[in-house]
Amino acid sequence: MASAGAEPARRAAEGWAERLLAGEKRALARLITLIEERDPAASDVLRLLHPRVGQAHVVGVTGAAGAGKSTLITALARELRARGPSVAVLAVDPSSPLTGGALLGDRIRLGDLSTDPGLFFRSFASRGHLGGLSRAVADAVRAVDAAGYQAVLVETVGAGQSEVEVSELAHTTLVVLAPNLGDDVQAAKAGLLEVADVFAVNKADLPGARETAGEIRAMLGLGPARPWTPPVVELSARTGEGVAGLLEALERHRDFLVASGRWGEKLRRSAAHQLRDLLGEELLRAALARLEAEGSWQAWVEAVARRERDPYTLSEELARRLLAGATGRPRGEGEARGL
Amino acid sequence: MAIRQQAPGQGPQAESRPEAEGGLRKPRFLTRSEMEVPAFVRPEQLAEEGFDYERDLGDPGEYPFTRGIHPTMYRGRLWTMREFAGFGDAAATNRRFHYLLEQGQTGLSVAFDFPTLLGYDSDAPVAEGEVGRMGVAVDTLADMERLFEGIPLDRVSTSMTINGPAMILFAMYLALARKRGIPFDRLNGTIQNDILKEYTAQKTYIFPIRPSLKIITDIMAYASEEVPRWNTISISGYHIREAGATAVQELAFTLADGFTYVEEGIKAGLDVDRFAPRLSFFWDIHLNFFEEIAKIRAARRIWAREMRERFGARNPRSWTMRFHSQTAGVSLTAQQPEVNIVRTAFEALAAVLAGTQSLHTNSFDEALALPTEEAVRLALRTQQVIAEEIGVADTVDPLAGSYYVEWLTNRMERAAYDYFRRIEAVGGVVAGIEKGFFQREIADAAYRQQLRLQSGEEVVVGVNKYVLEEEQPPRILRIDPAVEREQVERLRRVRAERDPRAVAEALERLERTAREGGNLMPALVEAASVYASEGEMADALRSVYGVYREEPVF
Amino acid sequence: MTRPLRVLVAKPGLDRHDRGAKVIARALRDAGMEVIYTGLHQTPAEIVAAAVQEDVDLVGLSILSGAHMTLVPRVIQGLREAGAGDIPVVVGGIIPPEDAEELKKAGVLEVFGPGSSTEAIVDFVRREIGGRVNALG
Repeated sequence: MASAGAEPARRAAEGWAERLLAGEKRALARLITLIEERDPAASDVLRLLHPRVGQAHVVGVTGAAGAGKSTLITALARELRARGPSVAVLAVDPSSPLTGGALLGDRIRLGDLSTDPGLFFRSFASRGHLGGLSRAVADAVRAVDAAGYQAVLVETVGAGQSEVEVSELAHTTLVVLAPNLGDDVQAAKAGLLEVADVFAVNKADLPGARETAGEIRAMLGLGPARPWTPPVVELSARTGEGVAGLLEALERHRDFLVASGRWGEKLRRSAAHQLRDLLGEELLRAALARLEAEGSWQAWVEAVARRERDPYTLSEELARRLLAGATGRPRGEGEARGL
Repeated sequence: MAIRQQAPGQGPQAESRPEAEGGLRKPRFLTRSEMEVPAFVRPEQLAEEGFDYERDLGDPGEYPFTRGIHPTMYRGRLWTMREFAGFGDAAATNRRFHYLLEQGQTGLSVAFDFPTLLGYDSDAPVAEGEVGRMGVAVDTLADMERLFEGIPLDRVSTSMTINGPAMILFAMYLALARKRGIPFDRLNGTIQNDILKEYTAQKTYIFPIRPSLKIITDIMAYASEEVPRWNTISISGYHIREAGATAVQELAFTLADGFTYVEEGIKAGLDVDRFAPRLSFFWDIHLNFFEEIAKIRAARRIWAREMRERFGARNPRSWTMRFHSQTAGVSLTAQQPEVNIVRTAFEALAAVLAGTQSLHTNSFDEALALPTEEAVRLALRTQQVIAEEIGVADTVDPLAGSYYVEWLTNRMERAAYDYFRRIEAVGGVVAGIEKGFFQREIADAAYRQQLRLQSGEEVVVGVNKYVLEEEQPPRILRIDPAVEREQVERLRRVRAERDPRAVAEALERLERTAREGGNLMPALVEAASVYASEGEMADALRSVYGVYREEPVF
Repeated sequence: MTRPLRVLVAKPGLDRHDRGAKVIARALRDAGMEVIYTGLHQTPAEIVAAAVQEDVDLVGLSILSGAHMTLVPRVIQGLREAGAGDIPVVVGGIIPPEDAEELKKAGVLEVFGPGSSTEAIVDFVRREIGGRVNALG
């Protein structure tokens, strides 16, 4: 733990990073656990891994429940492994809102892939907070990237706002659809069009698949011309038919990103995103520590609760003063502390 | 479940007036299918449902066969007493077969070990530790020869519990008969060969669903010409029930599987009256006495009606739901195992009162291990007491006309039709498997039952009530680990001594037939005859059909 | 910080009785744990791979095929070789008492026989595993 002293913690983190970079799956898996728990030790390892991050092709996979995302991801992983690249899969499933527990069954489909040295598969439970989870998954992506996995497939929970977060995280966003999924999916299609780099129409052996693919192509044709038109690939993840074609579409998108300079752009965006996040967290931590050390935090809270101060003006004021190096004291401090 | 509410003063609930009687010993009375049990049923309730003897029951041996498929039932011939047996190698199981026949058993039933059930040879890496453990190991025709040594194949009926590789073991049995010069049309027996319930419950599948159904139609087509007395599918509720289903689910899902086989046969161009008479059923007979009997009576009525009305069968043999029963394995307890003797006796009685054609009674030690010889003998004696001492085999369907039994039979039937509609709504049985519908229904029921057990609402004597602090474990059958080594050596010897060219050609022909979509059975019998192993034949087919992987359903 | 326990529920060997494993998996989930379920017919190597990659706090093996004396020691050995010998292993199924003793000597934390209530198993997991803390290295 970080609190155990800076030097031993640094040495432990170095040892850990070394094992991880040497391909030890246990070290990678343990790191992801600490990331999920927001343990400070995770940052100690992640800072050492930072130079190694940025090589993997990260594919975010999203789509409605029932579209067959998990089956498709397994099929993609199998196809990738057959061609050579190492693969990490991060699969997210919902936690029960009542108990916090979760049943994670995605590994069932892996079969013999499970023991493939070039594959790493990790199941995540959403733990009731999708926002917080996306942060953990983003760091987990960095961890598997640093560990040398060449392709990273990230699966999200159902459809919803999460696909926007996936597109922040991934180089390529793959949207999975299937025929006959119902009206809510129809409504969601418009939103999916915004984020999709590649469409997969799964269950192509079922009636209606061709029509679903046709609709998407028609909708894509309506908008303004774009530098990259998302391909629509029909396939059956269950039989494996069309999976190779999908993989080629994903690779074409990666090549497009590199050739058009967008790959670097994505890296910068992601760096900005991460830096903003961490800076925000760091500033907040420092500010709270300082206010608490001064003993004024409780007084400010009281002042707001009593409606003596408004939190909008106060937070701006405190931020200004903290950055200028002085926090001052709230007026009426004596009364507030007297309670 | 739709249980019609009774108007005050008319229904059983109202009649029982719990308050007036000073309260009941339970807040609710449920069958194992979670159906509310009335205090008693009045004749008007049946009358309201339009109960009609001729239409709903008919005499025994007459449509719709609710009372039984034969007019004389056990007055003519008793049911077949058939104890499922298999452990270790073929020679050990052969000794058990001879013992059972000497003790008065009238048919054989083979239990295979897990590698055999899943289409692996004894020397496959995944078979390690499993050979001969939960059944007998059969790799080649050589094992079949030892398994049936001294047993006249034309005079006993042999049941083989085998599904994924059913066609392979059937082919080995036929190859054995041919080698002994017994014409196929004198062979009598059953292969379970019910692949649909494998995907939902028992899980000994090999191939994906579509090719598996194709193989089954191959068997039906081949056997109806070549082995006409063979029961080609034993449509099984047993494993569905053991996986945690309720009696209603067992009834509905099993019949729905049966209808699917009939549809597949008709789609493949077979005449329904050629193959339907060779379809038989296999039910689990659990502890709730009347519910089990009602389940079977409802099954006979539904099958007869659907076969005649929906599938247009004209041969009365196509209408009759013939079946084998087994007492419920899941009802056996590891605690105070001797109590299992009592449970099994009541279950066996229910099976007989329900009109079973053959019966396996579990041995009391089977919650702990495979049964010892003494335990199997006691199980068989249980059947013999029912058959010959207590008089229930002397009259047919003595429970007919019981207000409760007829009421419950109607309820079971109605609940089954509710499920048929839901199965229809998910797109039929195959789509239901692919969507995990059956798996989810069964898992939910199993979990609810577990909760009832833990709350004490459902009592299991010796487990959650009347528990003993200290128990003396009974003597159990142990399988010598040497069995595996010897079996692997035997298989290697067979491989070394057979004609390698004949085997290679036979396997090549099998694979080609599969690729071209021809009937596999002749090629399988050829391959079995030249001592191709089960694993080799299964691999040839895996290379064409691929393998099935289950979807996670909890 | 407190976090959900992660438990692997695995079925080694060729037996196909997954009713018990699924009931246990659900009970553990309902007790607030994260349960990774492997499905049927897992080899010891596959179970070890899952335990390592999922970084579980406990491996639960459900086995009714009678092959426990072959398969369970394989899993334990595999975990050790993968540097994960600290992950405790429990076994449920039809295990004769003398085999249970031997398995415990080989490193199995506990053996649950038929009729064990899911409550007892959940309590056991909470009591024995709940205190596990993370440490670097």
